[in-house]
Amino acid sequence: MSRDNDPLIRLGGLEKYFGDYHALRGIDLDIGAGEFFSLLGPSGCGKTTLLRVIAGFEGVDAGTVAIGGRDMTRVSPNRRPTNMVFQSYAIFPHLSVGRNVGFGLRKVSGDAAEKRKRVDEALEMVGLAGYGDRAAHALSGGQRQRVALARALVLRPKVLLLDEPLSALDKKMREQMQVELIRLQRQVGITFILVTHDQEEALVMSDRIAVMFEGSIAQVAEAEALYRRPIDRRVAEFIGVMNFLPASISDGVVEVAGLGKIVADDLQSTAATNGAPVAGFRPETATILFPGQDAPGRIAEGRIAEVVYYGDMTYYDVRLDGCDKPVRISMRNVFGRPVLEIGAQARLSWSPGAVTLFC
Amino acid sequence: MQQDTKRGLTLIAPPLGYAVALLAVPLIAIVIFSFWTQDYLTIDRTLSLRNYREALTDPIYGAIMLRSLGISGSVTLITVMLAFPVAYFVSFRVPPAHKSLWLFLITIPFWTSYLLRIFLWKVILGYNGVVNSVLTGIGLIDEPLSWILYNANAVVITLSHAFAPFAILPIFVALEKIDRSLLEASRDLGENAMTTFLRVTLPLAAPGVVAALLIVFIPTVGDYVTPAQVGGAGGTMIANVIQAQFRDLNNAPLGAALSVLAMLIVTVLALGTIWIARRLSGGRD
Repeated sequence: MSRDNDPLIRLGGLEKYFGDYHALRGIDLDIGAGEFFSLLGPSGCGKTTLLRVIAGFEGVDAGTVAIGGRDMTRVSPNRRPTNMVFQSYAIFPHLSVGRNVGFGLRKVSGDAAEKRKRVDEALEMVGLAGYGDRAAHALSGGQRQRVALARALVLRPKVLLLDEPLSALDKKMREQMQVELIRLQRQVGITFILVTHDQEEALVMSDRIAVMFEGSIAQVAEAEALYRRPIDRRVAEFIGVMNFLPASISDGVVEVAGLGKIVADDLQSTAATNGAPVAGFRPETATILFPGQDAPGRIAEGRIAEVVYYGDMTYYDVRLDGCDKPVRISMRNVFGRPVLEIGAQARLSWSPGAVTLFC
Repeated sequence: MQQDTKRGLTLIAPPLGYAVALLAVPLIAIVIFSFWTQDYLTIDRTLSLRNYREALTDPIYGAIMLRSLGISGSVTLITVMLAFPVAYFVSFRVPPAHKSLWLFLITIPFWTSYLLRIFLWKVILGYNGVVNSVLTGIGLIDEPLSWILYNANAVVITLSHAFAPFAILPIFVALEKIDRSLLEASRDLGENAMTTFLRVTLPLAAPGVVAALLIVFIPTVGDYVTPAQVGGAGGTMIANVIQAQFRDLNNAPLGAALSVLAMLIVTVLALGTIWIARRLSGGRD
């Protein structure tokens, strides 16, 4: 693919210190044109610093930032083909909505009428048509976010940088904006780089995701690969929920507490860990069998320790025979089927193909 | 409900009494006086506009009022223009942990009484003062400079020094309130450091600058001690004339009329400044 030959953004060997604090450790990353890319990680992992390095707000102590094939490591933010949506939105309080959106057009060639048309188009694109004359300080949180988006997109940047843009919105608004951001990105076709600590948000929105811990990138992959085949235990724990069971390995056979023996070749994948070997599986890859139900997978016996009812889903914590730590199982609720009670006997159907070994 | 009203009135009574006794009563007294007339040793209490006619027709009062506004305007411009860089430096360049120390240092001149500071300026600016001794000592001038004391320049220098902290603090507060991400947003949208300052920092600091302008201008127009001490004949301001009417010339009603006119002029200028500032900042408070 052209993405591999000619990345829009190429970061090579980035190192960044804040005093003694090592904020970025050897970041190498290529991001393609038109990609929706996410930087995901817990707070303090360096994802925002990396975004600010791409925008030009932070210098680096080593390494290069190339955008569109040009070295931009020492280029100031006003000369980069990137625009940013700030976490606080940074809407200018002394300007109207229209003047906020048109702020960056001063240096763009074209007459006033043409610029006004571009502002109107940008406002329409984010669903704020006709808001141009409103005062910026009278907007709601969601509207401010849209103004920030329009203000960045009106300049037609090569890259749009989004610094936790949805974290200040309530849940409903956030989900709505997720869908809208995806639609916008497809519509304008430029590269979006999103910083988020919300793994669900990253999975829903991104083409590819880089998971960061302590200043370095642990894994770069598409959402599904990241979820199914995490490269190490930190990634597996950060993305979604995973059940970890103690495991031991001998002669190509893995013995998992509570599940029994698995031939190593049947496993979904293997990944790294710092600690003792463990086997992991996601809550939705196993099913609790109801009386009379049969399943093709293997069976493990246990007892229900906890029930959490969510309406469409029920989460069960099941204590498997031969293992003290309960595993979490998520079950879709089906009409006519009762929710099991704490203490009930549970037969678990699972498959070796859904298990990842961390060793 | 009645109980609440009673309690409320009881609570506001002391400050209200204080404000009425010390602000409203003297002000009303001055206004009433301005419509009376001095009749040699007694005061004629029939209402008349004679004082106002005299104040507005005798050119000496107009000239001195204009000079007061000129001196005060110069002081205001110099003070605010020197105060802005200081406030900017403390707000943007000083590490947050050291900001209060800097503000504390800025207030040090206030530890000395206003009158003592004026006397110190006399020592500095005088014929045999610090400035002249140094300049003649290093051979830069042959004769001591005479235009730096006992004239309007001396008043401007002394007042600019005295009012510096009053200008620095409101500008500093306005600069502190500016969300730093706005400056980054401006850079991100293509503006360099200079244009960001002009398009974002300065408009957002405008309320502080307007406050500084008014805080310096209003009290300096009516300043009495500084022109009396360092102004000489050429640095006399309206307050000195008002004082002379009340005491030396024994014409309190004319002094009162001059006071009322000075207050009206300052009020109009202050309101005008606020109005222009509102217009410039796009109707935002």
